[in-house]
Amino acid sequence: MQWEVIIGLEVHTQLLTKSKIFSGASTAYGATPNSQACLVDLAFPGVLPVLNKTAVEMALKFGLAVHAEINPYSTFERKQYFYPDLPKGYQISQYQTPIVGKGYLDIELDNGQTKRVGITRAHLEEDAGKSLHDAIPHMSGIDLNRAGTPLLEIVSEPDLRSAEEAVAYLKTLHALVTYLGICDGNMQEGSFRCDANVSIRPVGQKEFGTRAEIKNVNSFRYVEKAINYEIERQKEVLESGGIIVQETRLYDASTNTTRSMRSKEAANDYRYFPDPDLLTLYVSESMMAAASQSMPELPWEKAARFQSDYQLSAYDAKVLTAERGLADYFETVVKLSQAAPKLVANWVMGDLAAFLNKNNLSIEASPISGERLAGLIARIQDNTISGKMAKTVFEAMCESNDTADHIIEARGLKQMTDSSALEKVIEEVMTANPQQLNDYRAGKDKLFAFFVGQVMKATKGQANPQQLNELLLAKLKSNN
Amino acid sequence: MFTYSIKELAHALAAGKISSQELTQLYLDRIAALDPKLNSFITVTAEHALAQAKAADKKLSTGEAGPLTGIPMAHKDIFCTNGIKTSCASKMLDNFIAPYDATVVSKLNDAGMVMLGKTNMDEFAMGSSNENSFYGNVKNPWNIDYVPGGSSGGSAAAVAARLAPMATATDTGGSIRQPAALCGISGLKPTYGRVSRWGMIAFASSLDQGGIMAQTAEDIALVMNAMAGHDEKDSTSIDLPVPDYTTKLQDSLKGLKIGLPKEYFEGLDPKMAELIHTAAKALEAQGATLQEISLPNVKHSLPVYYVIAPAECSANLARYDGVRYGHRCDNPKDLLDLYQRSRAEGFGAEVKRRILVGTYVLSAGYYDAYYLQAQKVRRLIANDFHAAFEKVDMILGPVTPNAAFKSGEKAQDPVSMYLSDIYTLATNLVGSPGLSIPAGFIDGLPVGLQLIGKHFDEARLLNVAHQYQQITDWHKQMPSI
Repeated sequence: MQWEVIIGLEVHTQLLTKSKIFSGASTAYGATPNSQACLVDLAFPGVLPVLNKTAVEMALKFGLAVHAEINPYSTFERKQYFYPDLPKGYQISQYQTPIVGKGYLDIELDNGQTKRVGITRAHLEEDAGKSLHDAIPHMSGIDLNRAGTPLLEIVSEPDLRSAEEAVAYLKTLHALVTYLGICDGNMQEGSFRCDANVSIRPVGQKEFGTRAEIKNVNSFRYVEKAINYEIERQKEVLESGGIIVQETRLYDASTNTTRSMRSKEAANDYRYFPDPDLLTLYVSESMMAAASQSMPELPWEKAARFQSDYQLSAYDAKVLTAERGLADYFETVVKLSQAAPKLVANWVMGDLAAFLNKNNLSIEASPISGERLAGLIARIQDNTISGKMAKTVFEAMCESNDTADHIIEARGLKQMTDSSALEKVIEEVMTANPQQLNDYRAGKDKLFAFFVGQVMKATKGQANPQQLNELLLAKLKSNN
Repeated sequence: MFTYSIKELAHALAAGKISSQELTQLYLDRIAALDPKLNSFITVTAEHALAQAKAADKKLSTGEAGPLTGIPMAHKDIFCTNGIKTSCASKMLDNFIAPYDATVVSKLNDAGMVMLGKTNMDEFAMGSSNENSFYGNVKNPWNIDYVPGGSSGGSAAAVAARLAPMATATDTGGSIRQPAALCGISGLKPTYGRVSRWGMIAFASSLDQGGIMAQTAEDIALVMNAMAGHDEKDSTSIDLPVPDYTTKLQDSLKGLKIGLPKEYFEGLDPKMAELIHTAAKALEAQGATLQEISLPNVKHSLPVYYVIAPAECSANLARYDGVRYGHRCDNPKDLLDLYQRSRAEGFGAEVKRRILVGTYVLSAGYYDAYYLQAQKVRRLIANDFHAAFEKVDMILGPVTPNAAFKSGEKAQDPVSMYLSDIYTLATNLVGSPGLSIPAGFIDGLPVGLQLIGKHFDEARLLNVAHQYQQITDWHKQMPSI
């Protein structure tokens, strides 16, 4: 049977506020357990929540970026369940009316087509703490540093039709929230977490199949694998006459499988009700105006500008704007090197990207700063070194903190720019290779490369290739 | 001197007739001598009080004193007091030393008041008779076989027995006004949002409001000046300027329109009805006009309240899980056991009853029929009050159906107990301020007159009460104990 895959994603993004969503405690990651939990986070008797204004502004920015309806009045509810890392016995979340309503995000698929994915809603809520089951022998530790960290939960429509589409959506969303400066996007630290709702139905059927929710898959690669595993699992169940039960499943990366965590029947009754400690959140027109004023250039806007301002191809522009850090890096290098943007793009997307990739480094962590790369590219641009020599310099730069100029100087890698000196070398090469000269002049054009190689050898590669070509051609032909 | 009002005590302190330390010692001695009969205090903080009094005396001697500097008082044990046990009268918090001060506490500290101790109450403020305390019943000073009312029964009994000139209290459905009435003192539940709830242990967040118990309306006005105001730490506190509540006390009642809701008098005990009408006539004689009004939906207050308050409390009390503070059962065998036994052991019967009711009304399938419906009816009740306040400036009625009942009389009948608050619940649902002042005696036990005002109209309520207390002396009656 032909199956159609239906996927909707729920993404929890940790907002980059300095303090928590309902308290003044710091949100910084990695502190000593329980050192960043104040009385409010610890749910002491008598404490009250106060909404963080910056978290609201960040949610508004996101809403504007996905063309969403902003609800002028939204509410906070209590989602009740008992767990040791949930100190109040309830999580404050937005249930009935979220701050961000329906919107959409356009994503680009591998075949180059654009697909519009609906955003159902995005709502503000607080994160729970962490249970640490391995830290203390025979006991579970509770770290409440994360308790109360602001989250924006972004829920998509079930518009995605494959694991690849799901990943494309996630990557676009990831770029968006990092561009907006509302999330650091760090998936290892859990700043950007994804739950996937997956179901399948026979092609042509209108009703959705029963879905399974895959929880907390924390890399793009695992999302793809987990969804693909789940699709195959559901196909097998259905094709062997079974039924899919609505349940929550956990992805296990070590076995590349999903396993059942809890069924719908066993699901909690969260007993949501409006939190009487918080007022209805009102988004005024001035708050909206301030949010639109503070909108940065969005990824797709930046890509369009890169094409028009730098005459880059659509492909180059997309790659360079995929991450805000990369785009910023590129623009820094263009500005400092004054070189042709295409030349800069080739270096950033080529040698630099390969080096970072090999060493598993982000652009932010690049040991070769934009300034240093600009220094190198400037020397290519002004013909001090050839592209080939530049690769040698780049390799040296990877191994030291030296500037390109120092390396070029120290290694004597400057191109010969004096044409009379080069002419002299060419003449010497011609004199030393009479046979080849005769053959060339008899029509064996291929020998041109031989002469280029000999001159390069004689100049230790310091001849400017273009200049060499021109002079060599002239010399070879002039005595004809 | 223990019979003095705050105003009189302040004069004595200012005139140097007594020092705050002497005054504090005087009250501490009274507590030591008399409270064993009443059980109105959970914790007496003698050392802390004398230290505060010493600091107050210094201010009094250097002329830095305010109108409340050096005046002893007591806090209901629902307000967090830094470094001092704050139990909410529950076994659950028997070992809980609050690490911070409630805003109410820090404001009164700043005003130079001296805390004598923490008063007894119904556990987590749930109750109308102070029979639900882990620390035992509080006795009514007018007759120790009778209840003092609740939940602020300890504060009411202490002020009535002149163990403190003033005490803080909280009111979720009548917990200030009902015990004030049953103990023959004055008690104000301010407008919801007028007094910060930060550090006031939550029962039902949309209904809870901190307030004041004292002998006179004038004393309440003095303390309100220090206690009321916006607090950034409480999102539901209202950012409105705080008036000087004493400036209007002397205003004439001429032209004041008082509404008597007919629903409050239908079926009312004739003795109670007579006292309330007598009080109303006294106000009329001072220039107020009386008119009958109707609050047709107020009859739904009790069921609405007993859906919303338990719903909120079921969530508010989820934090008492034995994990971070408070009571923890011995040797839990797993997480569920830890939760179940810690809570089963830590909470009393009435608290459990309300958690169960609240959990039920919020459950899937029942939410719409109970919680949502209750919220809709709550709005109807509020509309009744808003409509009434188009016609009148103030509403007058009884505080309770009867005077105090005997201890144990209603303990096995929760609904009959809940009916003690039938006239006070609506103001919490609506958010209006309500004031209870002594209005006479039935069979030797005091009863109260209730004045309900428009939102933020506490100054007018206190004005009317003060004028009433100029021509009556019910508030000066003192139990012999």
